[in-house]
Amino acid sequence: MLELRKDIFADERDDNLKEIGKGTQRQDMLGHVTGTSTYFDDHKLQGMLHMKVLRSQHAHARLRRIDTAEAERSQGVRRIIRGADVPRNLNTLLSLINFGKDDEPSLAVDKVRYKGEPIVAIVADSPREAHEAMAKVRVDYEPLPAVFDVEDALKPGAPVVNEVYPKNTFIYHDVYDHQKLRFGDADRALAGADHVLEQRYQMSPIEHAPTETNGSIAAPDTNGRYVVYTSTQALFFSLDTSAKILDVPSNTFHFVGGTVGGGFGGKVDTLTEPLCILGAMLTGRPVRYVLGREEEMQFGSPRGAERIYLKDGVMRDGRIIARKVRAYFDSGAYTRLSSYAVVKCVAHLPGPYTIPNVHGDVYCVFTNRTPATAMRGFGVTAMDFAIECQMDKLAHLVGMDPMEFRILNAYRDGDMKAHRREAKNCALIECVQVAAEKSKWTLREEFRRMSSRKDGGGGRAAIPATPGETRPRPTAPAQQRTAYDRSLAAPLNEPPREPPPPPPSPPQPAAPSHGATRFSSVFGTRRR
Amino acid sequence: MSKIPLQFRHNGREVAIFVDGGTNLLVALRELIGDMTPKFGCGQGGCGACSVLIDGALHLSCLTLAETVAGRSVETLDGIKQGPQLHPLQRAFMENFAAQCGYCTPGMLMAAKALLDRNPQPSRAEVVEAISGNICRCTGYEPIINAVLAAASGGRASA
Ligand code: FES
Ligand code: FES
Repeated sequence: MLELRKDIFADERDDNLKEIGKGTQRQDMLGHVTGTSTYFDDHKLQGMLHMKVLRSQHAHARLRRIDTAEAERSQGVRRIIRGADVPRNLNTLLSLINFGKDDEPSLAVDKVRYKGEPIVAIVADSPREAHEAMAKVRVDYEPLPAVFDVEDALKPGAPVVNEVYPKNTFIYHDVYDHQKLRFGDADRALAGADHVLEQRYQMSPIEHAPTETNGSIAAPDTNGRYVVYTSTQALFFSLDTSAKILDVPSNTFHFVGGTVGGGFGGKVDTLTEPLCILGAMLTGRPVRYVLGREEEMQFGSPRGAERIYLKDGVMRDGRIIARKVRAYFDSGAYTRLSSYAVVKCVAHLPGPYTIPNVHGDVYCVFTNRTPATAMRGFGVTAMDFAIECQMDKLAHLVGMDPMEFRILNAYRDGDMKAHRREAKNCALIECVQVAAEKSKWTLREEFRRMSSRKDGGGGRAAIPATPGETRPRPTAPAQQRTAYDRSLAAPLNEPPREPPPPPPSPPQPAAPSHGATRFSSVFGTRRR
Repeated sequence: MSKIPLQFRHNGREVAIFVDGGTNLLVALRELIGDMTPKFGCGQGGCGACSVLIDGALHLSCLTLAETVAGRSVETLDGIKQGPQLHPLQRAFMENFAAQCGYCTPGMLMAAKALLDRNPQPSRAEVVEAISGNICRCTGYEPIINAVLAAASGGRASA
């Protein structure tokens, strides 16, 4: 058991964290209403230069020649940055956790793979001069056939978007072109189902459109380091990504952020920092690189498109006995975070329902669209949209009330999930019941009495025989129980139990015997 | 490039600057005056984050040529407090949770102030109309509308 030395931090906060039902003011609210919250762009530095980036006008093209000679001579230009100037001009965001191959340049060198891809960065005295110089860069494109549809991208002979992944799919574990989930025998169950429903769902990309566009300001610091004011939502992630691309130790940078003018996932991709810092390194001056609104919409990464096929088998009594899922995530031209979104999606299948036969194949596909990124539950949101549409249609098919249909199929405590973890602390049934009550939707008595706490486990805890599984059928690994787990054995409608014994109280700090200085980082004062 | 001298009132104070021809008021306020309260969201009149009052009327500073405010009075969020006292609208925004990221808030407050200055008791529909040029991507408009209405009904009396 981990011992927390709470006495050291005794002054910092009380442990009563019960906040639900109370109104609690945001700590940044006063700054917001007085306009004094400091966003990255509110820093004005002496001698600041401005960066603009020339972007691809084509979705897919070879770069035959980039001529910057005239732009170099343009008034106010301090530096023109090309791909060759970027120390490590190939990166993938999740390389920080060793996931995926470097597949994306900071500045395109031989090819552009989506419309809006950065090609040349220009640092000038003013934004206007940077713009004027940008118009003088000559890029000789050789347009290539482009692919914009996930299924077209997988057809033989489709244009190769990204040579790092020549089959247009992300490669998992060095071998697999998709993520698989197998639980029971979905094909056999579908053959025996009373009804089978197969549907296709499509979700378009969604732009976060934060009111503040992405951007950063980088400046040489007084100690040989660089201070970077940024809109990032992921300060240390962006810091490490910049360190990798610029090939310097991460303590070269002091990132300042936290006040973000809307992010929603669209400010984790480190879109501006590496080039901005490189500009500061090459000119020795503060450099500001802010996306305009058009850039934000065209080049700022959106939530990716997804195409989803669902095939479900349902019995007349409303039980879903099989769910087969085939889905394609549109990653755009580069991986960014879509590889991870797919993993998350597969872990989420088949939705919050106990279905004894589940079959999933999910692909992370490259197309010539703007690279996709995180946005509010990415990986799960579109799949849930598809699954819940499907649930309504299935309920209709078997003539059941859609709410009761969900209650019937919902996870109960102790059920085995398709990825072989036991369902714990389930609450879908209760949520549906409350939603029905609040919307004055009548549920039949037996459905009002159903509970996540009963009728789960037992036969529903088994891992079914799964074809193709060569090893002896695995049993689910033992799962750690925590103080927050509901006991499975708890009988129903029992009188309230004795509250669990309180945890042993931490040793009382009679005197500061540990010798540590008691220092409150919140109040900045020394205690005692 | 030759510079144009420009003099105007900024939150009640006379200021004089030199601007390049074509400079917009948003850039003049932020970069030359140093008032960071108006925000850049689009630079093309689409979001309202840059809203300021010119002689009391609501304007988008990103679409206003700086030269055109010569001799006029420009008011930004930085000017609406009375000393240390928050403006009733500021208090109402706080109390009604009318901001999340806060980036639209300066523009929202100026749009709301323009409304209440000319119509102290607006209807809900009038509030909606007044902030219809201001995009908020986080909070949702309900808390903002409620805040403006709260400032209109309660704020005045206690101000
Ligand atoms: S910045 Fe002026 S309307 Fe958006
Ligand atoms: S609070 Fe973020 S845009 Fe309104």
